[in-house]
Amino acid sequence: MSVTAEEAWVRQAKAQSALSKLFDWKPFLVFVCMLPAAGLLLVFLTYPLGLGIWLAFTDTTIGRSGRWVGLENFEFMLEDPIWWNAVFYSVFYTGVATVLKFGLGLWLALLLNNHLPFKSMLRAIILLPWIVPTVLTAVAFWWIYNPQFSIISWVFIELGLRETNIDFINTAWPARWSLIAANVWRGIPFVAISLLAGLQTISPSLYEAALLDGSTGWQRFRYITFPMLLPILAIVMTFSIIFTFTDFQLVYAITRGGPVNSTHLLATLAFQRGIPGGQLGEGAAIAVSMIPFLVFATLFSYFALARRKWQQGESND
Amino acid sequence: MANIITRRSILGAGAGMAALAAGGQALAQNRVQGDASVTAPRLAIENGATLRVLRPVRFVQPDEEVFRASAARFTQATGVQVRVDFVGWEDINQQTAVTANTGAGPDIIIGFNEAPHIYADKLIEVSDVAEYLGRKYGGWMFVGEKYGKRHNSNNWIGLPFGGTAGPLVWRKSAVNEVGYQSPPTDLPGFLEMCRRLRRANKPAGFALGNAVGDGNGFANWLMWSHGAGITDPAGAVSVNSPQTLAALNYLRELYPTFVDGGTISWGDISNNQAYAANSLFVTSNGVSLYFALKNDPATRAIADDTEHSVMPLGVADSWPSAPLTLNGMVFRHSRFPNAAKAFLLHMMEGEQYEPWLNANLGYWAHPLTAFKDAAVWTSDPKVAIFRDSMNNKFWNGYRGPLSEASGQANAEYVLVQMFASVAAGQATPEAAMREAERRARRIFRR
Repeated sequence: MSVTAEEAWVRQAKAQSALSKLFDWKPFLVFVCMLPAAGLLLVFLTYPLGLGIWLAFTDTTIGRSGRWVGLENFEFMLEDPIWWNAVFYSVFYTGVATVLKFGLGLWLALLLNNHLPFKSMLRAIILLPWIVPTVLTAVAFWWIYNPQFSIISWVFIELGLRETNIDFINTAWPARWSLIAANVWRGIPFVAISLLAGLQTISPSLYEAALLDGSTGWQRFRYITFPMLLPILAIVMTFSIIFTFTDFQLVYAITRGGPVNSTHLLATLAFQRGIPGGQLGEGAAIAVSMIPFLVFATLFSYFALARRKWQQGESND
Repeated sequence: MANIITRRSILGAGAGMAALAAGGQALAQNRVQGDASVTAPRLAIENGATLRVLRPVRFVQPDEEVFRASAARFTQATGVQVRVDFVGWEDINQQTAVTANTGAGPDIIIGFNEAPHIYADKLIEVSDVAEYLGRKYGGWMFVGEKYGKRHNSNNWIGLPFGGTAGPLVWRKSAVNEVGYQSPPTDLPGFLEMCRRLRRANKPAGFALGNAVGDGNGFANWLMWSHGAGITDPAGAVSVNSPQTLAALNYLRELYPTFVDGGTISWGDISNNQAYAANSLFVTSNGVSLYFALKNDPATRAIADDTEHSVMPLGVADSWPSAPLTLNGMVFRHSRFPNAAKAFLLHMMEGEQYEPWLNANLGYWAHPLTAFKDAAVWTSDPKVAIFRDSMNNKFWNGYRGPLSEASGQANAEYVLVQMFASVAAGQATPEAAMREAERRARRIFRR
């Protein structure tokens, strides 16, 4: 054993390895940390979307991989009255259902914003239609609209108000309205609860000030509630329009696009062509044709209803 | 005696009882004798072979039990391990497509209808097995041969395993009440009966909604009983024809006699519900409706009052109905093609096939003539009509060749919607026919 006195220990500055240097380099580190997320997006979002768009330009069927056919699918689509009908009904369905959902949802939110007994209980109950899986809703409405066993028809007949069953889904227009009613019933809670959340962020002092100024209830709604609600309204409406426009389950489970294709939405028509019909290419083309509508709807609600600077106390540009 | 029937039917409901118990003693006996002088093809089973088989799920529990037991006997006899998977009916076409395209997956799929004709170049021929079975068991029945052989050839690419058709289902009391012993077999007489039933408030009803089985079955009946067809024998679209027009005009008179509320939104289950609820008295359905009624004490009386008969023939010379057909195929990618063929052969030999047929209580009908003597066809007189299902002279896409397009026309309800739009008054018969022609041309363009 050596007994020589040790020299004062000096910490050796370790030479940094190349790897560690690399990881200390910020741009690289950022890139690496983003990779998993980017990978997920690529695999589960970009690839399917890209594949869908690619398929739309081929004549792929379920039994056979396709050839590139250019715009042929789209050309056929534009000549196909069934597609035009689906475009019409998708827009009509989305438009009418959105107006009704927001009208009724806002009203419900305003009611729930008051002090009521059993407030939380009521709010929970309001959410029920939205919590129930869509397919169950659809099955319930399928029974309610059943041409032979509708409970509504039964009640009317038992009360002596009608002789025959009500035609809910047997002819085109009643079927269209019936589906919209089912969609509205399902969609109101989402709108109401989201708007209620928005309402609760509005500072009560604004209302107090308005009260002192002698405002009426309508004025308070028009000049305080509504403008303060607009930003959240924009977001909720964007989501609602997208969900409604791409709705599938309600329509497919209740009418399957019938009677005679009059209630096909673009989503149900795309599925019908693509999967049971086997024409993946045509189905994909129909699905792709939804994209412009969705982009337009999103841009509209974003720009028309988006947050304005004056809401943060600045002036508009 | 009543006790026995009750016991049998309750067991037959499929509560997991063995097929033999379900059918009683009579069904346990093998009655069909094949021609023993016919020698089976020599299939040298590959060493170490294993098989994967895919088939649609059962109607009744004993179907699966007997099928598995027969497969187990194959393993015992040959040492070939067989794995059988049962998949939902909606999925079998897609799974067949994926198997054919990827060249991987099951060795054997027992699919539906035209599947072997769509994937013909992905399959190995089974002519030796089919010809042997045909010679031994009195020949293939019409639909069996149609779905088995490649178009215009004697090469078998599919081995039809069974079929099921939807006859006229009617309440005896209602039909008698309006003055008939049984429904008239001619079209004008049938219309008149439906009118009388309507007046007696015991209406008929046939699905005109997007119902894969019932809707297409009814539309096909309307077409074929008037001599119309979606394509001609060469496969060219022929829907726009005077015969189709006659069918459309016939429906225009028939539809107002249908049940209150109409049938344009009907799915496959709707007529079953209405019939079981005593609001529908004449319809068309597979045997499942009858058994559902019979096995439920609450509707037993309806079952007792129910009869089956062939839909009115019109100008057709056989029952105008295309049976849904189980069609076995062996894929080229199978490493053990001989074992696969031997397996199908084994399953269709009388020792295996007859108990299976009996276990199915009439849900599936045989494609080989000799099995007409199987006990199931005398087990319940109301089931007897299904015995000859495979002797119909009709198939999906009649009169053209079996193809992907004929399946697609069915799946997209081209004919059903043509009829429905006329029944609903949305289109004139001429306009509806032109629209159907436009859609059919697109579908049959290849």
